[in-house]
Amino acid sequence: MEFKHPYLPVTKEIESEMLNSMGKKSLEDLFGNIPEDYRLKRDLDIPTSKTELEVARRVQELASKNKSADTGRVFLGAGAGIHYIPSVVPALATRSEFLTSYTSYQPEISQGMLQTLFEYQSMMAELLGIAVVNSSMYDMATGLAEAVLMAARVNKKRSRFLVPDTINPVHLQVINTFAEPAGITIEQVGHDQKSMLLDLADLRSKLDNQVAGVYVENPSYLGFIESQVDEMSRVVHDAGSLLVAGVDVLSLGILQPPGDYGSDIVVGEGQYLGSAVSYGGPYLGVFGCRDSMKLIRQLPGRLVGMTRTSNEPYERGFVLTLVPREQHIRREKATSNICSNQALVAVTAAVYTSTLGPEGFRHLGEIIAYRSHYAAKQLNKISGVTAPAFGASFWKEFVVRFEGGVSARMVHESLLKRDLHGGKILTEEYPEFGESMLLCVTELHSKTTIDELVEVVRNVVTNGGGTR
Amino acid sequence: MTRQRNPQDSKYRQADWNEPLLFEMSVSGKIAHRLPAVEDEVKSLVGSLDAIIPAAMRRKHSPNLPEISELQVVRHFTRLSQMNFSVSSGIYPLGSCTMKYNPLINEQAALNPGLAWLHPYQDVSTCQGALELMWELEQWLAELSGMDAVTLQPPAGAAGEFTGVMVIRAYHKHVMNEGDQRKEMLIPDAAHGTNPASAAMAGFKIVVLPSSSEGLVDLDALKAASGPQTAGLMLTNPNTIGVFEKDIGEIAGIVHDSGGLLYYDGANLNAIMGISRPGDMGFDVVHMNLHKTFSTPHGGGGPGSGAVGVKEKLTELLPVPRIVKAKDGRFDLNYNLPQSIGKVHGFYGNFGVLVRAYTYICALGREGLRRTSEIAVLNANYIAHHISQIQGFSLPYSPNTPRMHECVISAKNLAEETGVTAMHVAKRLLDLGVHSPTMYFPLIVPEALMIEPTESESKEDLDLLIGAFKQISNEAYSNPDIVKSAPHSTALRDLDEYRAAHPKTLTLSWKMHLKRTAK
Repeated sequence: MEFKHPYLPVTKEIESEMLNSMGKKSLEDLFGNIPEDYRLKRDLDIPTSKTELEVARRVQELASKNKSADTGRVFLGAGAGIHYIPSVVPALATRSEFLTSYTSYQPEISQGMLQTLFEYQSMMAELLGIAVVNSSMYDMATGLAEAVLMAARVNKKRSRFLVPDTINPVHLQVINTFAEPAGITIEQVGHDQKSMLLDLADLRSKLDNQVAGVYVENPSYLGFIESQVDEMSRVVHDAGSLLVAGVDVLSLGILQPPGDYGSDIVVGEGQYLGSAVSYGGPYLGVFGCRDSMKLIRQLPGRLVGMTRTSNEPYERGFVLTLVPREQHIRREKATSNICSNQALVAVTAAVYTSTLGPEGFRHLGEIIAYRSHYAAKQLNKISGVTAPAFGASFWKEFVVRFEGGVSARMVHESLLKRDLHGGKILTEEYPEFGESMLLCVTELHSKTTIDELVEVVRNVVTNGGGTR
Repeated sequence: MTRQRNPQDSKYRQADWNEPLLFEMSVSGKIAHRLPAVEDEVKSLVGSLDAIIPAAMRRKHSPNLPEISELQVVRHFTRLSQMNFSVSSGIYPLGSCTMKYNPLINEQAALNPGLAWLHPYQDVSTCQGALELMWELEQWLAELSGMDAVTLQPPAGAAGEFTGVMVIRAYHKHVMNEGDQRKEMLIPDAAHGTNPASAAMAGFKIVVLPSSSEGLVDLDALKAASGPQTAGLMLTNPNTIGVFEKDIGEIAGIVHDSGGLLYYDGANLNAIMGISRPGDMGFDVVHMNLHKTFSTPHGGGGPGSGAVGVKEKLTELLPVPRIVKAKDGRFDLNYNLPQSIGKVHGFYGNFGVLVRAYTYICALGREGLRRTSEIAVLNANYIAHHISQIQGFSLPYSPNTPRMHECVISAKNLAEETGVTAMHVAKRLLDLGVHSPTMYFPLIVPEALMIEPTESESKEDLDLLIGAFKQISNEAYSNPDIVKSAPHSTALRDLDEYRAAHPKTLTLSWKMHLKRTAK
């Protein structure tokens, strides 16, 4: 019997008709160039075709083996953010015309996507306090790696790059993957043991005319706010290096934008802007720089520019621009190999950002600050628990330390039993912190749930792991 | 203003909203969303924000973001979407991009809260379904490509290339101890631009191989270029002009004999699923564009996914973490691979894209995947045959050899005889409700129009495309101006790209616009 499938509109009968029209007898005539030796002479070892209903059932079966974090009972952050997504966001961003288009190579019929991406670039620029934002990188980690490469292209004769030793360790790993073949050395700058802030003396001692750029994370991976940014900016620029800032875009309703403290290149994670955590991807590398042609010419990724029609009456329009930086023109001399990016996630971020507006960003920043501090204060009341474990100030995430023979793992397991999920366990990566966990509190975490979390922790610490 | 509307144009008309920018619609005080208030007990325990956030780090001025109502947001983006051509709007034969139908069940699956709302650092006991999905997808992609192991971490095709060439680099460096010697990557002149760009990012020197007169790898040139300095060869098969490299066995032999590895750019995998496998052809590393062959939507430029498959001897070099299945059937993440190239993405890749590729493979199954490639090839040959017969168009390089999933048509004769170039043809197609093919690529074909119809298009739609080429040819020979001044029926036309890119007028954000116009 003929195999029919909804995705395949050519029936056997039409197939013959098409073959006849080109003077061919069978499909085999079209595959004659593939040598016999390289033909697969068996069926693929892949299950047979399923109907849509069967596929839906299989997906549900897999999904039900997971525990969804949409309950507001998961206190994880560490580079992926669980936030509320207003209903307009997915409804608009996944409209089929956005979803199923390619890169806007034909601007005449792609003004919708181009204008949306221009608006994305523009709104991110406002949030970050910087002039230029590209139309997306893969995620913050790869965005940062590209920022390191870009800094070394701008400062051509320099091949060292400095990062704080409190950097997100995964970001450090990704940077190293990209920097090593480019001949760039990544070096770590120490921190003050108590405040965790960057050790400015160490920074000064490491800065010289070989340093292409210096990275500042704000708030840092470990949650604390790096408050010495103005001083860092001065020191870094005096050495002729670039300041690269990595920020939490959601914090920018209340925290100082990186453009204001002189950042030359800015990166951030745009998943927080209306995209689900989705087990780590697709995310959005927000990537921007100052309004300087020296920098802009070295930018990786696609840029949408505003222009007008060539002839009167002039009409405003949008196009992909500064294309000669890119791989399809410049090939091995391109500023990056990036081709497919995260455009739809940028569209999502554009809808989210326009939905929140300035008032929403400020309010969200405040809610998160209040709730995370509430959680820390309640945890800190427990004897044997320190929260935050260090740092003068924090916004969304903080490290909590457990003492008195209670391990972070025990706390984690006890929370899981109560259908709660604690923060990322740091004990192995940061043995110097002792038994510790990186907690993340957002607008999704109600006071009730935070109280519940605190109660479980209190029980574990008080009873040495036994819960009621 | 009035625009020339040709009665012969298609009935397709894109919406032409004169939609302002969000910034221009903004009215102070409007909101499109309300967030919950902070509980009083929380506020009273925490106290003032000034006490917890250092004053120096507080934002001084509110960001200049649009203030509009919820309905305005809805109308704005609905209207913009209507000004965007897509696979859902019409035929999109963009060569090398595999613009196939993106099944809607895939979207529903990716939105399932049990998949979409998983935090990547959740305890593995709470993500067994996600890991199982990824593990199973890895097995299927390995089987399809003839490889021994697959990583799903690279978030795009080019990221897959970078990962793959980094694996090749690590192999020479750490396994063979020849890292200092093997510095050259061989790449055919017709290759995608990402190939040389990715290899350069991995620190390789690029050696460009000229194509033969048949548009295939020139074996003599390959022999001459291969040696103890060769790290590998990056190749698509079928190649960029849509022809299967019949000498692939010999090509693999030459590269392997010189000590290099063979890299397969999977951009063109849609031609050979279940028919032939890169692993069986001798390739050591492959990347697969899940957003091409496996139907995940292109989203206006992304997200994609560039899964990488490798042969046994390279598995230890893949990025961490690897998904492992224990004897008891439980899944886990293994970070302990000392030889690994490291990480190429913050987490495990574009999981949401993987879900869509998974459901696509489920829906088609082994028989459907094979049939997909058969029809993709049938459709491309149908297009190649019928369009190359139209006056002004030809099929350069091996004209009598069947094409695989795509074909590259040349408008060289048309340009010489009428002055109508490939660019003009592409723009005129927009009037006729068709997205333009890929233009001027590969560079070895003059006035190139690279057409990949995919298996998704029916014969009726292919005939519409062929009809559009016929009409354009007729117009070129009778009234070339109508083609040269195209498009006529699109929302906008003739955008000033020079002005867009000029440093004096370059405008990449609203902020830059305000600054430039204030001067």
